[in-house]
This record gives sequence, C-alpha cells and structure tokens, in this order.
Amino acid sequence: MEESKLSIALDINSTCAKVAFVIISKSMNSPTPQFVPSRLSIYEPIHQIGIWGENFKRNGNPNTSTSLIVEVDNKLENESETTSHEMLAPTNNYEQEASKPIDKIQRRLAQNREAARKSRLRKKAYVQQLENSRLKLIQLEQELQRVTQQGLYMGGVSEGSHIGFSGTVTSGIAAFEMEYGRWVDVQHRQICELRTALNAHISDIELRILVKSGMGHYFELFRMKSTVAKADVFYVISGVWKTSAERFFSWIGGFRPSELLKVLVPQLDPLTEQQILEVCNLKQSCQQAEDALSQGMEKLQETVSSTVAGGPVAEDSYIPQVATAMEKLEALVSFVNQADHLRQETLQQMSRILTTRQAARGLLALGEYFHRLRALSTLWATRPPEPSLP
Amino acid sequence: MDKVMRLASEKDVVVFSKSSCCLCYAITILFQELGVTSTVHEIDQDPEGREMEKTLVRLGCNAPVPAIFVGGRLVGSTNEVMSLHLSGGLIPMLKPYQTWC
Repeated sequence: MEESKLSIALDINSTCAKVAFVIISKSMNSPTPQFVPSRLSIYEPIHQIGIWGENFKRNGNPNTSTSLIVEVDNKLENESETTSHEMLAPTNNYEQEASKPIDKIQRRLAQNREAARKSRLRKKAYVQQLENSRLKLIQLEQELQRVTQQGLYMGGVSEGSHIGFSGTVTSGIAAFEMEYGRWVDVQHRQICELRTALNAHISDIELRILVKSGMGHYFELFRMKSTVAKADVFYVISGVWKTSAERFFSWIGGFRPSELLKVLVPQLDPLTEQQILEVCNLKQSCQQAEDALSQGMEKLQETVSSTVAGGPVAEDSYIPQVATAMEKLEALVSFVNQADHLRQETLQQMSRILTTRQAARGLLALGEYFHRLRALSTLWATRPPEPSLP
Repeated sequence: MDKVMRLASEKDVVVFSKSSCCLCYAITILFQELGVTSTVHEIDQDPEGREMEKTLVRLGCNAPVPAIFVGGRLVGSTNEVMSLHLSGGLIPMLKPYQTWC
C-alpha cells in the first residue's frame, strides 16, 4: 500500500504515467530491473522535465492531476474501503439495497462521492508533503556535497603549501558558503513564485516586481562573489562553491554570458523583429567581450607561468620569482570582477530588450536551468558504482 | 594633466596601459576585433608615469589603467567600455576610426 502511494507521488502528468505503472507493477512483484525505485522516488528529473514542457502550454487545469491519481488508484485498491471512487463503488451494496427506497441509494451515492473527494484531497496533501521532503533531501545532500568539497579544497591547499590560509581568508570563505547556501534557497523560492505567477496570469505590474527582485538576486550574487574574491580569488575561480555540473560550464568564476543567451532565447518566443535584431547584436557583443577577456586571461597565465619558471633552477632560491608572480596574480581579481560585470550587463540588456512577461519567462528559464544542473550534479554524485568486469 | 590630454588627442583611439596589465591587453584585443587600431601608452615605462597615473585617477578612472580615450574624449575604464559595447553604443562611437584592411 505504502509503496504504491510512493509511486503515485512520483508523477502527475501523463507523459510519465508509464513510469508510475512500471513501478506499481514492481510493487506487485513483477521484475523490472531497469528501474531503481529508491533512486527514482527521490531524484527524478523526468518529473521536472515533464513539468517544464507543460507549464508553458497548459491552461492551469488542476483537475487533470487529481483525476489521474484517482485513475491509477482505482487499478490498485482491491480492498473495499468506504473511500473508494464511485466508479468502483462496492457492487454488493447495490444488490443489497435494490429493494430499499430511492433516496437511500441517492444518499449512499452522495456519501461515496464525498468520501472519494476527501480521499483525493488527502492524497493530494500527502503527495505535496512527499514532494517537499524530496526537495529538502536533495538540498541537504547538495549542501553536504558542497561542504565536503570545500573541506577537501581547504585540506589540499594547507597540505601543499607551507603557509596556511589566514584567519580572515577562511572566515571570508565560510561566510560566503553560508550566504550562497541561502542564496540558492531564495533562488529556488523565486523560481517557484515566477512559475506560479506566469501560470496564474497576474498583471504586468505585479510581474514587474517579481522580475526586479529576480534580477536583484543575481546582482546580489555578483556582490557576494566580489567580496570573497578579495579574500581568495582562486576559491571563486575554482568554482568549488558550485555543484560539479555547473563547474563544467565555468568561465572565469561563473557562467558564460553567451551561454546564458543560448539558454534564454529559445524560451522567449515569439520575439518581434526589433527584438530579434537587438538580441542578435547582444549575442555578438557578448561573444566579442568574452573573447577579449579570455585572451587577456591567457596572457595572464603566460605571464605568471614565465615568471614562476624564470630564473636559474640550479639555485635553490625561488622567492623572487614567486614574489613577482604574486603581484601578477592580483590581476586575477580584476578579471573575475570584469566577468561578473559582463554577466550583470548581459542580464540588464536582456531586461531592457524584453517585455515584462518575456523577462519573467527568461528568469524562470535561467533559474530552472541552473536548478537542473544542480539536480544533475546530485544524480551524478549518487550514481551506482561501475560493475566490475570479470 | 597635459601629457595625458595631449597624448589622448594625438590619436583617434588611445589606451593608457601598463606593460604588465593583462586587462589592458584584453581591451586592445576587443578593439582589434572591432576593426580599430588603438595607440597604447605604457605609463609604467614613461618617465612621467606617476604623474600620468594621478591624472587618470583624478579624471575619474577608479583604476588608472586601462584608460580609454576615443576622439580625444575619455570613455572610461574596462567597465565603461564593456557596458557601452553590450548596449550597442561602442561600435557607433568607433565607426569613424575603424580601419578594415
């Protein structure tokens, strides 16, 4: 019984119904080796991708979800309860009451309907609770992963160098870690609010407020990064504060602005001719600015490398080279700041080009994209170990 | 003050830089991509470098280098140039000075 409820909690829309049915059959002891229910029941990107497609299309009909749950429910519950759906109303009752007055039958039918309705509501509440717990679990695991990696990073550095981190550096990093954890939580809340708002078709004025706070939230991140970059720029550039999939796309301590545009633009249709032109120009300027900064970074690498490698290796003293290299590394902070500035400008330009509604959809798209990258990282981290070959 | 303004007005696009400054290098790369040949003055190799640095800061650049002048007028530092480029204002500004070979 419990297993079947859990499997129902997995899914609400029809494209994933097959998944739900397979897991249900597993609970009835038919073998389905390709699914791992315990994993799927907690991390299922399929569910999220399903929602993604639906959200921009559906008219917000809440009844479709509950009726599907009930349909699935019907095929499971064999035991007779007073809370069964009216389609499966205990047939023996009809035979027994055939002789009784009509209004008693009517009353019984009404009771059944009421009971079925209450059952659906209970089921809905339970599903909601499960969803929330699942999300909380994912967040906790990601937090754990971040903290673990941070621990590894810190441990690695202090072993390798003779000079440990100063107190201010570690506290600066610790402060950022905490703030960033909160930032991600707020981000998630904002995405949900945007999604609800867009589906509910609220006024542009109200939407504007959400867009502004969404933009402001990104700017807040850039401010936080700027502060911690002063404490330890390598920390920001390494991307250790992000999840592994996000790090894969890292460019100078964050996402590439041109990449951001590639994610956003398909979600913004339809765009006017003017908008298409402006977005195109923005894409090009972004690309050019990124190229320039990338080449500057390469030059910096070359400079630091040649400085560190310079001087006679026969001698044991490397202090002058390393000291000179230190000065050059200061420039890294400027590059990180410039990269963040570019990200901020890109976001601002997009909000200028787009209508309020488009900007809201864009922010939702962007937030959802990073949310999925984080989910991908979690999934990757918890994948089963490779089976050892004989 | 004089030397900076004099050098700034001598050529179309002038970038005040330091030989070790990679961000300055990035700016010149950007101009190159936009078809502009910029004249670079390395103030750390100029005898009056210290004065020039003070002048640039006084003119409003939060970092003395890179400082970009177009048509004799101060555009700003990296931030200003990047903002201008993304908003579409840089290319029109550079149009008279573009030299496509």
